[in-house]
Amino acid sequence: MRPERGLDPSVANREGAAAGLPAYVLRVPTGTYRSLNPFTKSVIALSSAIVAFGVRGWTGPLIVLALTAAIAAIAGVTRSLRRFVLATIPIVVSILLVNAFLYPGATDVLFTVGPFAATGTGVTVALQATLRVVAFALSVAVFSLTTATDDFLADLEHRGTGRRLTFVVGSAIGMIPAMASRATEIVEAQRARGLDTEGSIRRRIRGIVPLAGPMVFGALSEVEERTVALEARGFSAPARRTVMRILPDSGLQRALRWFVGLGSIVAVAASIAGRFPLP
Amino acid sequence: MTLRLSAATYRYAGARRNALDGVDLELSAGTVLGVVGPNEAGKSTLCLVASGLAPVVVAGRLSGSVTIDGRETTDMRPHELAQRCGILFQNPQAQLSGTAATVFEEIAFGPRNLGLSLSTVIQRIAACLEALGIAALADRDPARLSGGQAQLVALAAILALEPDFLILDEPTSQLDPQGTRLVGEALRRLVGERRTAILVVEHKTALLDRLADRVVVVDEGRIVREGPTADVLDDPMLPRHGVEPPPRVRVRSALTAAGMGTPAATDLLMAELAS
Repeated sequence: MRPERGLDPSVANREGAAAGLPAYVLRVPTGTYRSLNPFTKSVIALSSAIVAFGVRGWTGPLIVLALTAAIAAIAGVTRSLRRFVLATIPIVVSILLVNAFLYPGATDVLFTVGPFAATGTGVTVALQATLRVVAFALSVAVFSLTTATDDFLADLEHRGTGRRLTFVVGSAIGMIPAMASRATEIVEAQRARGLDTEGSIRRRIRGIVPLAGPMVFGALSEVEERTVALEARGFSAPARRTVMRILPDSGLQRALRWFVGLGSIVAVAASIAGRFPLP
Repeated sequence: MTLRLSAATYRYAGARRNALDGVDLELSAGTVLGVVGPNEAGKSTLCLVASGLAPVVVAGRLSGSVTIDGRETTDMRPHELAQRCGILFQNPQAQLSGTAATVFEEIAFGPRNLGLSLSTVIQRIAACLEALGIAALADRDPARLSGGQAQLVALAAILALEPDFLILDEPTSQLDPQGTRLVGEALRRLVGERRTAILVVEHKTALLDRLADRVVVVDEGRIVREGPTADVLDDPMLPRHGVEPPPRVRVRSALTAAGMGTPAATDLLMAELAS
């Protein structure tokens, strides 16, 4: 795909390429949305969250949902969003039930289930809250699906974020697959020794205990080892860390970031002040 | 350029007994000191203490002294220690940063921490990849390496810091014979070309036989035997300390016991086989 104007990656990475960095390290992102600077994408995701939760009524979350759907289509990640929507189901169900049946002060009863009465006000609030949660989840999902973790970290470093903060962010993101992989290893090891972790809920719950212990203690032990190993690699050196990758950025993107960021704050402020009445 | 331990005694925080007890050692430029001993003998603790990480980073109480060129390691900050004395741990996966997307970037982690210029960082990475014969791994994800590959990458990551002293805790434990040979050759080059001083804990006494100038035997936190490599590894008491003699010594012992040759003739035979 042709790079957008002002985003010529060869310009941004000229220094690294000249120094001899191989292409597999430069990893210039391609695609209309993916090639945006990670900071730009994070500002869009953050602003979407601000608007989804900050702008009253239906308008805020619906605008964010429409925008997110458009971005997802451009970036080609619409299909991948399904699992993120599914992941919100537990929280969405609890929001719907609590608000529909237990909304304080609501009297417009729609129907009753035993001693509980669902109210129109409660259902409206619940649907709006659901939309906000889904809009927020999808905006974060689009960010994560279109931004490689190492691109995000490289950009944070380039912008002068401290190495500790960058490392913590990177480790936290990297920890999720690492923990999942460790859990699989432990479960397989426990099964090999005869522990039955499949079948009824009771059996599955019983299988959690022998999983949790090694998981927690193993992780703690590894943190200690890794801390020592990091120090052995000069992690606490006072010098500014050498930046290896500079991701494409442009004046146009800087303007877009300011516009989106300030725009979301203005929209929330105006909504709270009742300056523009929205449905 | 000398790393010296004088009556070094170390006890981990909360432990009831010393992990290291009155150890005296000296490591000079261009020499290799081998360390052997049974499990739980205190070899890894010796590595941590010699590198200065204990007690600077690893909590515990050190008595006696550990100095690098006359300066106490306890007076040095971790990043200063890292530049003088590199350490490779037993578990290579825990030594990797966990944040690098490729082996190339993993090796770059240390030099970048020191704020070296990008061209210097790249030069060092290329040299380390070449030295350990792992250039083909450069674009691989460090999290998906085999144990042996991870060990080589972790070693490369330490070599990239170009320390004067190198402390290696079982650097070939997960390597096949070819990997072990590569590591041995790389270490020999470091000693010859850069005058790096190396302390290497190793169960593979065959490697030490070819690499080390001197060997110490550690047991229950103490040095129980010390001397030139050939003397120590030929010592018939070695197995009593949980150390298996190198093949050369075992074959010679077997042949001599069977009345099939003199020790000198067996050594000649082993040298021929090795060549």
